[in-house]
Amino acid sequence: MKENTSIFKKPGFQTLLASVLCAVLGIILGYIILLFMNPEHAAEGMFAILRNFFKFAGNQKKLMNAMGSIFVKSVPVILCAEAILFAYKTGLFNIGCAGQYTVGIIASLYTALALHWSWILCVLSAILAGALWGAICGFFKAYCNVNEVIAGIMLNWIALYVCNIILGNKTVMNTTKSETYPVKDASLLPAFLSEFFGKNKYMTIAVPLTIIIAIAILWVLNQTTFGYELKATGHSKDAAKYAGMNAKRNIILSLVISGAIAGMAAGLYYLTGIEHYKIASSVPGMGFSGIAVAFLGGLHPIGTIFAGLFVTYITQGGQYLNTNYYNPQVADLMIAIIIYLCGFVLFFKTIINKPKKIVTTTSSDNNAADKTADKKEV
Amino acid sequence: MEDYVIEMLHITKEFPGIIANDDITLQLKRGEIHALLGENGAGKSTLMSVLFGLYTPEKGVIKKDGKEVKITNPNDATDLGIGMVHQHFMLVEIFSVLDNIILGSEPSKFGFLTKAEARKKVLDLSNKYNLKVDPDAIIEDITVGMQQRVEILKMLYRDNDILIFDEPTAVLTPQEIEELMKIMKNLAAEGKSILFITHKLNEIMEVADRCSILRKGKYIGTVDVKNTTKEELSSMMVGRNVKFAVDKAEAKPAEEVLKVENVCVKSKLHSNDSVHNVSFNVRAGEIVCIAGIDGNGQTEFVGALTGLDDISSGKITLCGEDITNKSIRFKNTHGMSHIPEDRHKHGLVLNYTLQENMILQRYFEPVFSNKGLLKKAEMRKYSDKLSEEFDVRSGQGADTIVRAMSGGNQQKAIIAREMDREHKLLIAVQPTRGLDVGAIETIHKEIVKERDAGNAILLVSLELDEVMNLSDRILVMYEGEIVGEVDPKTTTLQELGLYMSGAKRNTGKEA
Repeated sequence: MKENTSIFKKPGFQTLLASVLCAVLGIILGYIILLFMNPEHAAEGMFAILRNFFKFAGNQKKLMNAMGSIFVKSVPVILCAEAILFAYKTGLFNIGCAGQYTVGIIASLYTALALHWSWILCVLSAILAGALWGAICGFFKAYCNVNEVIAGIMLNWIALYVCNIILGNKTVMNTTKSETYPVKDASLLPAFLSEFFGKNKYMTIAVPLTIIIAIAILWVLNQTTFGYELKATGHSKDAAKYAGMNAKRNIILSLVISGAIAGMAAGLYYLTGIEHYKIASSVPGMGFSGIAVAFLGGLHPIGTIFAGLFVTYITQGGQYLNTNYYNPQVADLMIAIIIYLCGFVLFFKTIINKPKKIVTTTSSDNNAADKTADKKEV
Repeated sequence: MEDYVIEMLHITKEFPGIIANDDITLQLKRGEIHALLGENGAGKSTLMSVLFGLYTPEKGVIKKDGKEVKITNPNDATDLGIGMVHQHFMLVEIFSVLDNIILGSEPSKFGFLTKAEARKKVLDLSNKYNLKVDPDAIIEDITVGMQQRVEILKMLYRDNDILIFDEPTAVLTPQEIEELMKIMKNLAAEGKSILFITHKLNEIMEVADRCSILRKGKYIGTVDVKNTTKEELSSMMVGRNVKFAVDKAEAKPAEEVLKVENVCVKSKLHSNDSVHNVSFNVRAGEIVCIAGIDGNGQTEFVGALTGLDDISSGKITLCGEDITNKSIRFKNTHGMSHIPEDRHKHGLVLNYTLQENMILQRYFEPVFSNKGLLKKAEMRKYSDKLSEEFDVRSGQGADTIVRAMSGGNQQKAIIAREMDREHKLLIAVQPTRGLDVGAIETIHKEIVKERDAGNAILLVSLELDEVMNLSDRILVMYEGEIVGEVDPKTTTLQELGLYMSGAKRNTGKEA
């Protein structure tokens, strides 16, 4: 019992518990929706989504291949989430992540398909494009006091149309299929453990790179003076100014880094060749899913990896639904519900805190303090 | 059998690491003004939050008119007729006075507001208790004193008969305080019961009937104000005898540290200067104080001096170096320490831990970082050292989130940080704001020690006692100008008051 409470009082554990609760509730609600749509096959459908690629359990090669695909597809959403998380930790809500991701697509695919650059340069140009897009947003925030959300949303749409124009070019776009040509080998990312994952040719260094980025973010935020400064600016611009920090520079830097990660997300996804860019009429959802994943991951760089994997797992699970009865988009709907529930992470945290003696938990202290932030003389 | 409206019996409330209230009993008689006195962090606000339903106590009962009641949220408290004027007002700035008063209990017919009745009731109350307000004025346009009257009317409008005032005088000018005291007496005479939270002894002596004292979360006792003295109250509050006067030797001013020449600052509100042509100097080993009524340009001047605000003209020299247009970082690292007026806005990153706040201006120095990496062990050691030296109390030591600390301890943390930083000039703006007498005494001692160590000190204060006790020279600021320089040893409070209200000026430096 004693040990139980000591784990319990760790805020990290509570966040984890709250996130898991979100996921479970989302799945239950998803099941209820399946029941409404077609009650007879609901259980079967739910099972198909959850069993996912494990249906290939008998075939080692196919199983590993499908698992590899999940890893590959989770890369962009995890990185977008890391981008949002990084900005969020420094007090900025980078909804412009979607636009930064989009310019990342432009840069990586154009350099790969039109200029035939090698993969490393393609990824670098995607990073730079994202960083530039973030910098624009940051500049307006720092010098004109334009809210980063507004600037971000507008830049998202600009990015989308620019993307449609540039990638709509005949040299990169197969106009009959209205999607980009396949990326040539020289521009494709080097394979990584491709053999191990059932010859999944999309399995590239993108996967380990993502993990490295997550760890790097954790490290920068917590161990470096740079992270200290960025977070201080994020929490209180005035206090940062008082301390002699350059708040304007920090705001721009923070969005530049966030944008760079988002741009990189696009590069590390499209340069695997798993997907082709199609002319779209709306901003890619990756940047927005990133918001949800970041929150589901408890705003922790490592938690975000698992949240990203989970979200991709469920989305992919939609493919295994029997299309005679269900539309595969049901999986997206479930994700939407889970995302919606993410907003309740804090709420769940308080509920978790309630039944036991509140006295021992550190996070209840913070919550209570927040509540009475204006009159504190405990 | 006494007639108690509210009784809080044996209340115990714990927080992680701290027992905020330890078996506290508070009994409020009908129609009395009952003061609740205690140091910062003694548990006054916690106790009131319990009464108001914001916290649930671990132990203890609350009785209203002798019957036990359960208060689990602020609505329960309102239903029982308990109203509170918070230290920081809870008003909608862009609403009118009337709208603010009726907010939350709007009179309506078929979903439409019926303000006429409400207006009549408000005006009646306003006349009855002599609370002058203009119901149609917008909150952000009226004075702080008037905003407070709106808060009081809000409680009266809801027919509350138990009124809690949480440090109501902290934000008021001396005249407004006097007015408030009258209002409170009036309310008590009309049968309202008042709980008055404060740590200003003069005010207790003036209005309160009885006074309950808390110290470090424990109940010390309840006394009749008639039969007690300021000295007795203060020693009950801090647990030892407190000297009100500051012990200090004659100042030995040495070389000039800070020189301010013809400094002007443009006002953000109107076309005139908010600081106009201010010149003076501060030498090593003396305490120079800028006195004045709040809002006469002190904040703007300090802003210009420290770099938080822009300076429009003039010259500032620190230790012989022109720092007029230098960055804040430059000033911080070239001998300027600054205890800011607003500790929440500027002084602290509230979501950071104590140790992170302790190195706020020094994180990049080799002591705390190596090639861009923070030295966590050094941070902790330093934070613990300062906390020990300056008696900063916190629930979880260096890892405490500063937001969760009491106001007094937050202030002590800032003072510790600023005094320990290498500096030649200390700018202390309202360093004892919101602190209790015990803490004030300590801080005054520290400031004198600073002076004797050969540092220059510029003190900006609204508290006249502090001004008279601490300073070696007093400059009075009125409407953005220095209107006089006086010697605290020869001047009187009356004379200072004349300068502060603009009735008298001397510009020469005959002293």
